[in-house]
Amino acid sequence: MPDDLINVSYIVSAILFILGIKMLGSASTAVRGNRISSLGMLVAVIVTLTKGGLDYQYIIIGLIIGSLIGLVAAKRVQMTGMPELVALFNGFGGLASLLVGWSEFEKGGEGNWFLYSVICIAILIGGITFTGSLVAYLKLSGKVGGNAVVFPFQKFVNLLVMLSAVLIGLLLIIPNNFSENHDLLIWTLIFLALLVGVLGVIPIGGGDMPVVIALLNSFSGLGAAAAGFVINNTVLVVAGCLVGASGLILSIIMCKAMNRSLANVLFGGFGTSSTSSGAQVEGEMKALSVEDSYYVLEAAQSVVFVPGYGMAVAQAQHVVKELSEILERNGAEVRHAVHPVAGRMPGHMNVLLAEADVPYEQLCEMEEVNSVMPTVDVAIVIGANDVVNPAAIEDENSPIWGMPIINVHQAKSVFVLKRGQGAGYSGIINTLFFRENCRMIYGDAKATISGIVAQFDD
Amino acid sequence: MEIILLLFIFVLAAFLGFELISKVPSQLHTPLMSGSNAISGITIVGALIASGQTDANFSKWLGLAALILATVNVVGGYFVTDRMLSMFKTKKPK
Repeated sequence: MPDDLINVSYIVSAILFILGIKMLGSASTAVRGNRISSLGMLVAVIVTLTKGGLDYQYIIIGLIIGSLIGLVAAKRVQMTGMPELVALFNGFGGLASLLVGWSEFEKGGEGNWFLYSVICIAILIGGITFTGSLVAYLKLSGKVGGNAVVFPFQKFVNLLVMLSAVLIGLLLIIPNNFSENHDLLIWTLIFLALLVGVLGVIPIGGGDMPVVIALLNSFSGLGAAAAGFVINNTVLVVAGCLVGASGLILSIIMCKAMNRSLANVLFGGFGTSSTSSGAQVEGEMKALSVEDSYYVLEAAQSVVFVPGYGMAVAQAQHVVKELSEILERNGAEVRHAVHPVAGRMPGHMNVLLAEADVPYEQLCEMEEVNSVMPTVDVAIVIGANDVVNPAAIEDENSPIWGMPIINVHQAKSVFVLKRGQGAGYSGIINTLFFRENCRMIYGDAKATISGIVAQFDD
Repeated sequence: MEIILLLFIFVLAAFLGFELISKVPSQLHTPLMSGSNAISGITIVGALIASGQTDANFSKWLGLAALILATVNVVGGYFVTDRMLSMFKTKKPK
């Protein structure tokens, strides 16, 4: 295919990406949006293959292996494991951009300072995305602890590593400098890039993972855009940059939902024991049996479910749906209130509730449900913690002071489904649990709700 | 292509990205992220070119590794997004 035609086709594919992202932004068009964007990808791939002068043998092998792995992973994953999988895919994309940059470097030949700069940028961003996503994956899947890892002089060490990476990059860019040592330099650069990714994500606590995932998503896009500059390809630059910008916006939206700045999330070391104290609380937590909760629920006219990551862990979304149907038949008005940062990924709870077939009209956003909260008879908190902690609006010394929360404490009574008495993921004491109108129902959320459902059936 | 022209495209695409995303309801954030994650697999185009080099050298093998990873990202990403979104869709008719 002639070059002009290829470039025109790339424009078509860029248009499809833009339309696709736009349509992903609305529930009624999202499915089509995703398919349109995948069509854009198909166009880009096919057009590239017709470029001519390519050896297809290994291309075919690579496409088959990659497709098989991708399909199996996408098919097998549970909806609760979605954040981990997205993190992992994201890391792969980052590593791919690193390798594209490196491959171009190894080709040797004539290169100017611009080419070497973008190669270095692609390697840096790609490497950070890869190891950063891997650490996020390990934290999200529980393979390593979710707590923030901090050590002395951490920020100084991180800064030093980052600066050395930039320095190595500069050495590579300066023409005819250390030319015989290029191999050593490039390996060092790759190593440092990978190290920055690890160091950057380990000090971030599990509760902040929604922001990190969104940011790494943005990075993988920028990595692809950098790879686009390396191989002088418009469609990579456009698509990569779109993703870069959208990921950044999403991270900022997440930060706003927690009333924190991006810098505070990234460098705050939030979620370590030193920051997690907050004020001491008076009173005690009051436990409630499943049977007693049934009597309250049976009389309730208005019920709000507030799901959090605990619902995902317990795989409780289907029994939640079952219970909410029973309550509705019993004459109660049922709502599901989802906090913007509930779960480990923005919007994660909505996906789970959608999986369980909870009607769209019952899903409420935070502001909406807060306005009617005083009229609610029972608010059932399922494995959520910080997002319902009244300390955020009442205790100026609390680490989460200022974060908008779902005001379940204003409901007539609150049931908290929780596995044990301990503090939550972020380690902050939840003053809600000590309130007069709050009752704790200990145990596995799924078992508890099934128990309540069984009571209704009797 | 001129470097400046590519930079120009980059800047415009950034503004477009900001505009497109800023008003998405939070229910759709997860599919949006996994969908845009699949788009970032566009680096597959670079990987195709790198792995299709006619002489079998180190650069080509790096390209092949990139191709496998990018394909996982693209295929897996689109597929899983579709799975998620189709769950949103099933209850639309109600």
